[in-house]
Amino acid sequence: MDNQIKNITNKYLNSKHRLMDIFHDIQKKSGYISENDIKSISELLNISSVDVIQTLSFYHFFKKKENAKYNIYINESIVAQMYGHKRILQAFENATKTKLNSISADGNFGLYSTSDIGMGDQEPAAIINGVIFPKITTYRVKEIIKEFRKGKSAQDLVNSFGDGHNQDNLIRSMVSNNLNRRGRVIFSGYNSEDALDIIVDKTPEEILHVIKESNIRGRGGAGFPIGLKWQYCRQATGKTKYIVCNADEGEPGTFKDRVLLTELPKRVIVGMIIAAYAVGASKGIIYLRKEYDYLIPYLKNSLTEAEKNNLLGESIKGRKGFNFDIRIQLGGGAYVCGEETALLESCEGKRGEPRNRPPFPIEKGFLDNPTVINNVESLCAIPKIICKGAEWYRSLGTKQSSGTKLLSISGDVLYPGVFEVEWGMTIKDIIDMAGGLDTKAVQVGGPSGKLISKKEFSRRIAYEDLSTGGAIIVFNKTRNILDIVMNFTKFFIDESCGSCAPCRYLTVILKNKLQKIIDGKGVENDLLELKEWGKKMKIANRCGLGQSAANPILTSLENFRSDYEDAVQSDKKYISSFDLEKSILAGAKAASRFPAV
Amino acid sequence: MNKPIIATTSLAGCFGCHMSILDIDDKILELIELVDFNKSPITDIKKFTRTVDIGIIEGGCCNSENIHILKYFRDNCKTLVSLGECAIMGGLPAMRNNIPIEECLKEAYLDGPSTHNPEGIMPNDEELPILLNKVYPCHEIVKIDYFLPGCPPRADLIWDALTALVTGEEMKLEYGVFKYD
Ligand SMILES: Cc1cc2nc3c(=O)[nH]c(=O)nc-3n(C[C@H](O)[C@H](O)[C@H](O)COP(=O)(O)O)c2cc1C
Ligand code: SF4
Ligand code: SF4
Repeated sequence: MDNQIKNITNKYLNSKHRLMDIFHDIQKKSGYISENDIKSISELLNISSVDVIQTLSFYHFFKKKENAKYNIYINESIVAQMYGHKRILQAFENATKTKLNSISADGNFGLYSTSDIGMGDQEPAAIINGVIFPKITTYRVKEIIKEFRKGKSAQDLVNSFGDGHNQDNLIRSMVSNNLNRRGRVIFSGYNSEDALDIIVDKTPEEILHVIKESNIRGRGGAGFPIGLKWQYCRQATGKTKYIVCNADEGEPGTFKDRVLLTELPKRVIVGMIIAAYAVGASKGIIYLRKEYDYLIPYLKNSLTEAEKNNLLGESIKGRKGFNFDIRIQLGGGAYVCGEETALLESCEGKRGEPRNRPPFPIEKGFLDNPTVINNVESLCAIPKIICKGAEWYRSLGTKQSSGTKLLSISGDVLYPGVFEVEWGMTIKDIIDMAGGLDTKAVQVGGPSGKLISKKEFSRRIAYEDLSTGGAIIVFNKTRNILDIVMNFTKFFIDESCGSCAPCRYLTVILKNKLQKIIDGKGVENDLLELKEWGKKMKIANRCGLGQSAANPILTSLENFRSDYEDAVQSDKKYISSFDLEKSILAGAKAASRFPAV
Repeated sequence: MNKPIIATTSLAGCFGCHMSILDIDDKILELIELVDFNKSPITDIKKFTRTVDIGIIEGGCCNSENIHILKYFRDNCKTLVSLGECAIMGGLPAMRNNIPIEECLKEAYLDGPSTHNPEGIMPNDEELPILLNKVYPCHEIVKIDYFLPGCPPRADLIWDALTALVTGEEMKLEYGVFKYD
């Protein structure tokens, strides 16, 4: 057996729960995970090779076949599309003499598409061998490929650094933060470590009380009260409890967690430590999306620093019995792994398939231990609440939505980037703040949220009105609504875990119907069917992905009805998009027949 | 009042749905009282001799002939019903939809373990219909008015649907009639 594989699995104590890490390590060394590797892993971890393969095949950044020397993943998100994704893709195809989803004849270049990579404020972007290339132009494409042909590495081609800590020696990335507005909680000036000095003199119950009083709710999208979640977990029985930081940030249009992890990793870590103290947890995991792995050395260093300063490890801040450590779990490229139970499955080395709930993670989470899962931003807000108190925090925002919210604003605005605002701001003000002109539509909360039109621009972002995880994509009047909806619908199809039948195939049927309408072959009845079938998605799927997969269709049908009506042929009852001549071509050729139909 | 006229056909189906029509047992006598059959395997009438009221389609479309017949039915039937999984979704034949047609033909006529075809000839007589690139459900080809699910749909479901269509009364759709597990 290959010694290299043995060393890698040994590093992870031959635990099947570390399968993701094992794949990452092998792929880093040899570019892909071979049949032989699969066999070795299965023997060393004592699991069947099918178990190895099913995890391997689930994540789109893992490769089972030999990889190209340079693997180019081009972001296909809607914002990338608006900023010229097609042009860039063509430029890559021409320069590498390769078609999408294939490897060039010389084995040098692999060309792939990928779902939103969290760079909505600097599109079009691509990931090449793990290095993020934002704001790509056709000129840059030629340059990149020319240099690659000379043997340069992707890292060699980093020709500028982004702002802030992107210039840190441990990051050195071309990515920019575009932090356009600092608010009074997250991006305010204070020392988050002060919060730890405060908590160690208090009981966990007192901390729970402050967090509950502050009324802060989860920032990952669902908005569950954080204090309550922590309290339930504290009350759950289990020896080892876990705090998981959800840094999967996969919702197209959001990128604020990326900026938090770049600028304020310490505050996130301190937030996790406070959670651990309040819940009685001793272990922490940061689940980081694969697209952000350029941040790993930097984040690991932040963890080491925290350990050195006795913020992590044993007897934290001198308090006996308060032990907590954190490790980073890297994902493999799957949006659904942001769903908390899929995330846990992934952390356990399995396919990222959401679990049935209940039991909820607070009772049975990571390896069946009580687990709190919170979004990066949620955790990052906590230290400030401890320092300034619940009442101060509640004075910000609205009655049911206290505090501030980070917005990731992208699309047709002059200043795409991250903005920290108080809850309660109107959509109109948000558009004006970011410099949106001639705005026709706004996607609030990413594809799983709502596509709203002008008549709703006076609504407010708040749990009592328009709740959001913070992704705001702005579209001006030149944009085609149906194209936008198509992009989002395809996204859900690509990212479905495939477990629930409607999420697996109804999405495809809806997409085909939408395509039929875009092709000018739609009729009134197609609109009715889109709506009726779309509604079924909400009730017939296990997790939020499938439940909201028809949201782009449903909300655009509601708010942009006339865009659909203009596209369908209102005088016809039925139109088929079937083309007999085309559909017999392959069959005729295979039987060497070339008939007239 | 004239008796309503029914026509039926089996496209890419297994005739199981037709068997299920016959499975209404002695009610078939009642049915004969109620309706007349035109083009159908049951009557062996090959060409429509008049416009009919209800056309019943078993099976989806896997070849060019299926398409012609389905369109022929649409042109000659006032109401068209997709009967069974194959007509509605493509059914079992649609399992080939993820495999390129060349591969399907090769497996069937050249490489299959039980195949004896030393000259390596693919069926290519002009009389034969040509296979479509995939199997299509009927409603993607023509407008279908009603769908009766099942593989095959249960005889009493077919009976209820036909009587409802013929009498114009609302159909009883009890849970048990289309519960499959
Ligand atoms: C398909 C799907 C994707 C999700 N992606 C994320 C994500 O990337 N980040 C996140 O924090 N929450 C995500 N969530 C929400 C999580 O399931 C969970 O509610 C959240 O992490 C809880 O943290 P919070 O209460 O602090 O918001 C996702 C949910 C679904 C259904
Ligand atoms: S809804 Fe979709 S993503 Fe969620 S569990 Fe079901 S199939 Fe998987
Ligand atoms: S639905 Fe079932 S019974 Fe009917 S033709 Fe298809 S396979 Fe046969």
